[in-house]
Formats: sequence, structure tokens, C-alpha cells
Amino acid sequence: MSNISGIAASSGIAIAKVYKLAVPDLSFEKKKVDSPEAEVKRLKEALEVSKQELEIIKENARKNLGDEHAEIFSAHLLVLSDPELIKPIEDKIKSDNANAEAALKETADMFIDMFKAMDNEYMRERAADIQDVTQRVMAHLLNVTFPDPALIDEEVVIVAEDLTPSDTAQLNKQFVKGFTTNIGGRTSHSAIMARSLEIPAVVGTKTITTSVNKDDLIIVDGIDGEVIINPTEEELSTYKKKQDDFEKQKQVWAKLKDEPTVTADNEHVELVANIGTPEDVVGVKNNGGEGVGLYRTEFLYMGKTELPTEEEQFEAYKSVLDQMGKDQPVVVRTLDIGGDKELSYLKLPEEMNPFLGFRAIRLCLERDDIFRVQLRALLRASVYGNLKIMFPMIATLDEFRQAKALLLEEKENLKSEGKDVSETIEVGIMVEIPSTAVIARQFAKEVDFFSIGTNDLIQYTMAADRMNERVSYLYQPYHPAILNLVSNVIDAAHAEGKWAGMCGEMAGDSIAIPILLGLGLDEFSMSATSILPARTQLRDLSKKELSSYKEQLLAMSTAEEVEAFIKEKTNQ
Amino acid sequence: MAVEQTVTITDATGVHARPATVLVNKAGQFSSEIKMEYNGKSVNLKSIMGVMSLGIPKDSEIKIVAEGADEEEALQAIIDAVKQEGLGE
Repeated sequence: MSNISGIAASSGIAIAKVYKLAVPDLSFEKKKVDSPEAEVKRLKEALEVSKQELEIIKENARKNLGDEHAEIFSAHLLVLSDPELIKPIEDKIKSDNANAEAALKETADMFIDMFKAMDNEYMRERAADIQDVTQRVMAHLLNVTFPDPALIDEEVVIVAEDLTPSDTAQLNKQFVKGFTTNIGGRTSHSAIMARSLEIPAVVGTKTITTSVNKDDLIIVDGIDGEVIINPTEEELSTYKKKQDDFEKQKQVWAKLKDEPTVTADNEHVELVANIGTPEDVVGVKNNGGEGVGLYRTEFLYMGKTELPTEEEQFEAYKSVLDQMGKDQPVVVRTLDIGGDKELSYLKLPEEMNPFLGFRAIRLCLERDDIFRVQLRALLRASVYGNLKIMFPMIATLDEFRQAKALLLEEKENLKSEGKDVSETIEVGIMVEIPSTAVIARQFAKEVDFFSIGTNDLIQYTMAADRMNERVSYLYQPYHPAILNLVSNVIDAAHAEGKWAGMCGEMAGDSIAIPILLGLGLDEFSMSATSILPARTQLRDLSKKELSSYKEQLLAMSTAEEVEAFIKEKTNQ
Repeated sequence: MAVEQTVTITDATGVHARPATVLVNKAGQFSSEIKMEYNGKSVNLKSIMGVMSLGIPKDSEIKIVAEGADEEEALQAIIDAVKQEGLGE
């Protein structure tokens, strides 16, 4: 047995055998074969099995991600029946008595090199597609498994370097009990997705992929961020008990599902959820969310080969609004791409500092052709519920004014086309850039609401890349500088009769919740699974008492001081 | 005797994966030899990698050439698919 520590990304305990999601060893020996006919037959069989697997993967993608995402696998399937690929391989086997592995590799590499040499980023990426499919065939020739989330049909814990959004979207909760990765933090995509799927996860272990073997038994402790490989009998029973306790705790939380969120002194705050897809709304409902505080629309744009259409977006927004009903608020964040989230088909040049570069609203204002499609889809969907729109990465008032002007322009266009649009849509901004937090008072006169995005606000305020583990000690949510900015934003909103929410990870944190309550935050948006623990905690907190510590907290010098003070006051 | 027709690609991203998949699938339904020509290069329209390797951008002129027993229907079907996909005119 051995233990590896990582970052607790999604709570719960998973116990199952390892499923490594990584390209297997595909090395082979180049040799001459006696019977080219038998070798061609072997190739054809490998192609056939690969096609069957791709059909399953495609069907799974269609079901979980939609038709558009499944298209890429149609192209992959065509590669496996491409006469220009298959014939040269067969010829090589027949004329050189080459083994199928060598013939496949040489032919595939020729195509991969050809695509890599093309002067268009989109085409260069197709080289990866060809590599993907031909590797699958190679794996079958070598009798090794080429894994894919869609092919899992027994209870496992997934072990991987990292999980892409399309990997996580395809995980079947019936079989995938948890996952653990080498890289990532609490705010990386894989972690956010794990919480939305409600499966235990430990990320950022650095070495898990090289520490486990196929079929090892593994425990993922998403509560304390530990991974135990091949546990002893004793460890196994300890963790089974921990698993039971957690399930019981969840049942206690579940009792508050339909209860209002009130503090000990009878003050109401709004507890809402962060979501990425219309499917996530089920989790919001199951966890008693009072609305959606952050709908990340990027997933509509990612893992595809082209931009989503207005119709496709309209259907997604309408679906979320329909499910949440007429009254519950749904705050949709417009496209926040760039930074760590790339879209290859937009062919954006690489940047030295993507987090400080051409992303989110900056991109949308320049590419208003893309932005207008999203705004139209949102406006059309607005009649189905309580829609609020927010723009990400606003650094200046002018950016907000431009974005809002485009929204109003499209609204008029839709109305003149005879389409219905809601007249009561609130339009707000994400506060994640310090400049905006500092002059929140000026913004508050023009916006309808603020939602503080702490993941980025912290990294910009502390000048520390949240993806860089070596500076992760600077990622300090309780730092007095952050608290002063947050407090300033809340006060500014209230001075103009507006509301202020928070949609970063901080909003669901048990130390931050009492602080934010005391600072007067109106809306807390978090992973759906954090809602019930937060509601439980809030019932024991007095807003009046916590408000009385405000000046004291804002005058503190270090994050440690803040944390110790809150822990003492709230008995944590 | 081969038949041929020229079309102009109007799609903003050119001939990318999705429409290419449709065209290759369509071409596969016919026994005729079907070629796509662009920029002095000619590829087998039944080959996804052939079509993709042309890297056809917006506003380019491409020629479809079909030759074989069902060449007329094949050419018509391909041209129809190009239009239906909003790929070109």
C-alpha cells in the first residue's frame, strides 16, 4: 500500500479498481511476415473493432454532448474507411512483407506529417485526429486496451494526467465512482465538473499515473485529498466507515433541501448554483438551489469544430430557464473564452500572458459577429424565465457600455422581426479585475448587479497565476486586500439599491461564508453540492453579530489573522 | 465521358471537418470515381483525408469531377449536398 496526497476537489469517498485513461505503450517491433494475406486480415480485424468502438464513443458523445460534438467521431470513422489510407497500408504489407504495425505506423505518420506541415492551425490540429484514430487501430493490433470514458462498463476510479471537458462530460456515474489526476486545482475544469457530477475527486497529485497499475484497488478520499493505493484490510474498513458517515451526513443535509436559507437571526440570503450545461440543472434541483448564479456558456463552444449556431444556443438557454421555472433567477455569463480556455477554430494567435490578454469581453467586443449570435439567442430565450445577463472581465465602464449597447441593438432587431423579448432582463457584470472593484461605486450607477468572480479576482489582485503550483501560496481568499475589494463592491451596490453576489469558489467556503455574510453579500453562488452544507452552516450564523466585526476584519494585516479570528468566532 | 461542375465555397470556415464528412459519405454512395479539384490539386472525394488535405478556405473555387456508370446522379448529389450544407453555391 501507499498514500499520495493531492487537492480535495469533490467530496466523498470512492473505492474501486483503477482505470487508466492514458495512451498505452504502443511500441512494436518492425519485422517481415511470411503470410501477407494473414497480416492484411489482422489489419482488417483491427480496423473493424476500432470502428465498433468509435460507434459506441460517437453514440455516447451524441447522448451526453449533443449531435454537434458527435460529428468529430463521424470524421474519425471515415478515416478508418479512407481508401487513401487503407490501400497504401495493404500495399506495404503485400509488397514489403511488412507487419501490419509497421505498415500502419509509416502510412499514418506520412499523413500526420502532411497535416502538421499545413499553414493553417485548424488543419494542423487534424493531425491529432489522425493520430488518435490510428493509435486505436495500433492498440488492437498489439492487443492492448485503448481507453475511452465511453467504453467503461464496470465500477472504476479513473486515473489520468488530466481530464478534458469532453472526457468528464462522458463519464457514466453508474460505473465511474471517482477520479484522480496528476494536475489541476480546486478551480480547474476537471474539479468543477467532478462537483457538478457529484463524484469524489482528488486532483493535483503530480504522480498518480505512474504510481498505480491496471487493476490496482484504489481509494479516492475527496474530503481530505488523499489517494490510497492497494489499501490494507484495516484501511479499507476505516474508509468504508468514512464513506458511510459521509452518506449519512448527506442525508442530514438533504432535509434542508426545500427549506429557505435563513440565518440564526432570520436574515435571508440567496444560495444559488454554478452550472456548465443544461444537464447540470438536475443537480441544482436535487441540492435545493434557489436559482443559477453562474451559467458558464463556454461549454457550448468547446470541444467542437465550429461556432455553435443561434438556434443551438437558444435551445440550451431555454432548457435551463424552463427547468428553473418562471421565478428562480438564472444568471448567464456571456462567452468567457481565452486565458486557459482556447477555441482552436477561432485561430487566435498564441499569447505570452493569456490571462492578461485577448479574452472574454475583449474578444467579444472585437468579434461582435460571434457576440451578437449569443446575445440574440439569450434575448429570444428570455421570455421563458427570470434571465439575467452578465458580462465577464469588465475592466472599464466603456466596455460595459459597448456590450450593453450591442445587447439593446439586438433586442430592437429581434422586436422588429416580430420576436418576443422580455422587458425585465437585468444586465450586470462579473467583478474579477481589481480596477473595477476599486471604482465599483461608479459602475453601480449603470449596472443592475455585480457578481464577484473570486477565482480571477484573487489571481489578479495577488499577481499570482492560479495554474502555477509554485505560487499557489499566494492564492489567499481571506487576504485583507481581497476582503476590502469585496466589501467595497458590496457597499457600492447597496448604495445604489442594487444587489451583489459572488460566483467564485470562495462563496461556498466555510471560513469565507461568515465573512461574506458579515460584509453583506446578497447572493452566494457555488457548486451545487456545496449548497446544502452552506445552508446548514448559515442557520447557525448571526448576520448582526458578524456585521459587527466588519471594520475589525478589514483592518487586519494577514490572511492567517482573518482565518484564526473567524474560526474562533464561529467555533470551527 | 466525365461530368464536372464548379462551385464557390461561401462558408466562413471553408471546407472543415463536418461538411467534409457529409461530402465524403455522400460520395461513398456512388460507384463512379469522384474527384475534388482545388488550386491545381485533385483528390479522391471518397477520402476524408484527401478532402481535408486541400485545406480549402472561404471564397475559393472548387471543381467536382465524376466519372463512371452513375456519374450524372453522383455529381448532382454532391452539388446538392454542398448547397444544403450552406458550404457554397
